[in-house]
Amino acid sequence: MSKVEVRKRVTIVEEIFHEGGPIAANPLRRAAALAAIRNPFAGKYVEEIAGFMDDLKPLGLEMAKSLVAALGGQAKTIEGYGKGAIVGSAGELEHGALWHVPGGYAMREILGDAKAIVASTKKVGAPGTRLDVPVTHVNASYVRSHFDAMEVGIADAPRADEILLALVMTTGPRVHARVGGLRASEIKGEDGLR
Amino acid sequence: MKAKIRKLVTFVEETQTEMDQAVDPPTRRAAAAAVIENPFAGRYVADLAELMEIGEELGALLTERAVAALGIAGPAAESYGKAAAVGENGELEHAAAVLHPKLGTPVRKALGKGAALIPSSKKRGGLGVPLDIPLGHKDAAFVRSHFDGMEIRVSDAPRANEILVAIAVTDSGRPLPRVGGLTKDQIKGEDGLR
Repeated sequence: MSKVEVRKRVTIVEEIFHEGGPIAANPLRRAAALAAIRNPFAGKYVEEIAGFMDDLKPLGLEMAKSLVAALGGQAKTIEGYGKGAIVGSAGELEHGALWHVPGGYAMREILGDAKAIVASTKKVGAPGTRLDVPVTHVNASYVRSHFDAMEVGIADAPRADEILLALVMTTGPRVHARVGGLRASEIKGEDGLR
Repeated sequence: MKAKIRKLVTFVEETQTEMDQAVDPPTRRAAAAAVIENPFAGRYVADLAELMEIGEELGALLTERAVAALGIAGPAAESYGKAAAVGENGELEHAAAVLHPKLGTPVRKALGKGAALIPSSKKRGGLGVPLDIPLGHKDAAFVRSHFDGMEIRVSDAPRANEILVAIAVTDSGRPLPRVGGLTKDQIKGEDGLR
């Protein structure tokens, strides 16, 4: 177990009223919780890294809680989620993969019975690199209206020996969703897909 | 409301560690941004009064959002700044109309005092253009520990006919200030400078 060293945390909340069409009665809200942490494996190849996933769990929970709070405090209003990581230049992509388990676990823990896989992406990048975090419905991955993404980033992170961790939650479909497909009202909720 | 708002975005940054030194208490800054329609996009209009009124509305709205995002009372704010990015079909003067004549009064009303000039920047740019919002102490512009800046960006704004307007508020200065100068406990607060 090693302590997770957080340099900086950033919260971003977007409230979208329209995108050229009718003004939404309930504006779509998206939020991202970001943390720039020290990468304990930067600068060398380390074979055994998996233990760090457990170390990340408390931070994941804190970030997931802060997201629900940023979106109004009600877990039941969260309809979409996603996660991602940007590994600084002295790290490897595999270090970003350490976020899959604790990031996903944290959001499920906070949201209760979310059934769908948490969409994710990752890359190695410089400070200021942007990440398009994919978003899908929390209970059924195929809900087309909730296929979305949120661009996130921090001007001064990740530094070479850091990892930027991201969690994203949204409160609804794209603001003018109208390309058909499975609707949220049609979710069976058995397999996390439909 | 005169402003036609497409989207509101808030950003909160909390710095907990810098160069392995704990930042205690963490420094925190928030920015609130509005993406609005530019009523004068694509043509030359001599009288910019409508944008000045929009500036007044946004001064109140964005300050309220930024302070709420920090979870502090308005008077507890320490530094502030403002900035705007005009989409490609607008003029730099449109940013000036929003920012300068009327936006400051409601900002100061929300934050208590605000004897100092609100530092500002403006530019014309495309979608996702970064905005570096200058920051200075709200009651004494010469407080050196609070000379700072906050970068924000909204990936899908400003569109050609839009303006991105932002206000930043902090409850602290830089993380590890040590370049001397006037400190906040030395503020006289009479002239807005010292």
